Amino acid sequence: MADAITLERILALQAAYIRCIDNNTLEAWPDFFLDQCLYMVTSAENHRNGFPAGIIYADTKGMLTDRIAALREANVYEKQSYRHILGLPHILKNGGGEAESETPFLVVRIMHDGQSDIFATGLYLDTYRNAGSELKFSRRIAVCDSSRIDTLMALPL
Amino acid sequence: MNVNVPPGSISNTAQPMEWPEDALTRIPYWIYQSADIYVAEQQRLFEGPVWNFLCLEAEVQKPGDYRVTAVGSMPVVVARDVDDEIYAFENRCAHRGALIALDAGGHARDFTCVYHAWNYDLKGNLKAVAFEDGVNGKGGMDKTFCRADHGPRKLRVANFCGLVFGSLSDDVPPIEEYLGDEVAAKIKRVLHKPVTVTGRFTQMLPNNWKLYFENVKDTYHASLLHTFFTTFRINRLSQRGGLVISPNGGSHASFSYIDKANKENDYAAMGIRSDKEDFALKDGSLLDNDDEFGDGCHMQILSVFPNLVLQQIQNALAVRQVLPKGQTQTALNWTTFGFADDTPEMKTRRLRQNNLAGPAGYVSMEDGAVGGFVQRGVAAAGGERAVVEMGGSGTVGEGTRATEASVRGFWKCYRGIMGL
Repeated sequence: MADAITLERILALQAAYIRCIDNNTLEAWPDFFLDQCLYMVTSAENHRNGFPAGIIYADTKGMLTDRIAALREANVYEKQSYRHILGLPHILKNGGGEAESETPFLVVRIMHDGQSDIFATGLYLDTYRNAGSELKFSRRIAVCDSSRIDTLMALPL
Repeated sequence: MNVNVPPGSISNTAQPMEWPEDALTRIPYWIYQSADIYVAEQQRLFEGPVWNFLCLEAEVQKPGDYRVTAVGSMPVVVARDVDDEIYAFENRCAHRGALIALDAGGHARDFTCVYHAWNYDLKGNLKAVAFEDGVNGKGGMDKTFCRADHGPRKLRVANFCGLVFGSLSDDVPPIEEYLGDEVAAKIKRVLHKPVTVTGRFTQMLPNNWKLYFENVKDTYHASLLHTFFTTFRINRLSQRGGLVISPNGGSHASFSYIDKANKENDYAAMGIRSDKEDFALKDGSLLDNDDEFGDGCHMQILSVFPNLVLQQIQNALAVRQVLPKGQTQTALNWTTFGFADDTPEMKTRRLRQNNLAGPAGYVSMEDGAVGGFVQRGVAAAGGERAVVEMGGSGTVGEGTRATEASVRGFWKCYRGIMGL
């Protein structure tokens, strides 16, 4: 069972994902997802109310690529970086080629002048599938505990 | 160190709260900084002869539904009563001043203050005082106490196309007159059938509320700061569009029509940063516009003085409520919506196009930061002034968006109400 979705593989994917964002190698970020995917940033309140709109909403890998292109080429924002700190994934389901988990996150935003603030906390609601030998997200919903976003959200969570 | 400054030549006194003589084309920066102005705005403006946007009618659909909102810094409850009318009242118990409703909204038969259990109906009338007659014949309220004489302040309410407005003034004109025919028509154009809320977010802006409201009215900046749109030829100033301004100056609508045939290259000629012709989307479905209003207008940004923005960016629809949270903080409350009869395809289209706006919006994220750039830039310049002369000195809409007429309109309305 070479392609079993193990906790070890999930942990490796989670670690590589936050490393990609925090190290500002965002061009590689879309590759963590399947071509047909859902990536969304929303709030706990919206999630609870069943509101479908996201702060970021992408239902194709192309849209993820476009978001990074826009950040690099079009959008204007002050230099900043994130530091993601993750809790442990809680596996909700695993079988039939698909696994689901919940993973707590804490993101500190570091501005170019050194100001560091807790930018977001919340839960990643993830669904994983194999793409060849690689494990990828078929769905990643970042549910922020708070509905408040300070100033703007440039980099993805 | 030898400092050659004659005694008395550097003034440490506060800048006078007077407007510069150049009328509407100059804005003194103390207006974004002064604590006195902040207090005066609450009294004269937000509680004055204006219509404050409170919430969508869709958020208080059924009798008993309520939303907690605000008029400037005044907390307000909006509720639909059993008579099916919408009421609004200050969220402040008449007894000791505690909040009456603590949640952001929900459904209630009545409201009971948690502090001493004073009870209010959905209109904000005080209905019961705990232990009013005392306990075992002792204590209680004086016999002369009359509940009808006590209660939170009530607001006049106007519902225009499903936008619920409130006012504390008896002198404010009726909402249609306040908006003016042209702005009212632009609201009706979008809100022509029942809406469904799809999400709510709050964006905290590091600047005075007026800097954001001016930014919304500033048609000049749109295609210069927001390069995403110009890159895809969605909002070139050369495109057919325009601007209407309400008679009081305070409300506006700017709009543009799709014009794919336009090959003008004016940005490139001027060498402006926002021209990036080779930038192409991998998934163009984001910009797959449906001309749902049937008039070819793909973008309309509308403001109602002092705190509402109604947004149509392609099929991404939202209202934004602007609330001051101190001199240098503003809460921008986004409510995204669609229509109750949206097809599944339209629902998905709106969810995708919502990427254009909001705190992470391709064409709006800059607006979350640019007010802060001004606030920080003018930190030591309370006595200096902004120059607002694009398109002359008037406050009338023109056939161009290369104008600051609606910004001047804002100040005309603001100064009239503030007495500045």
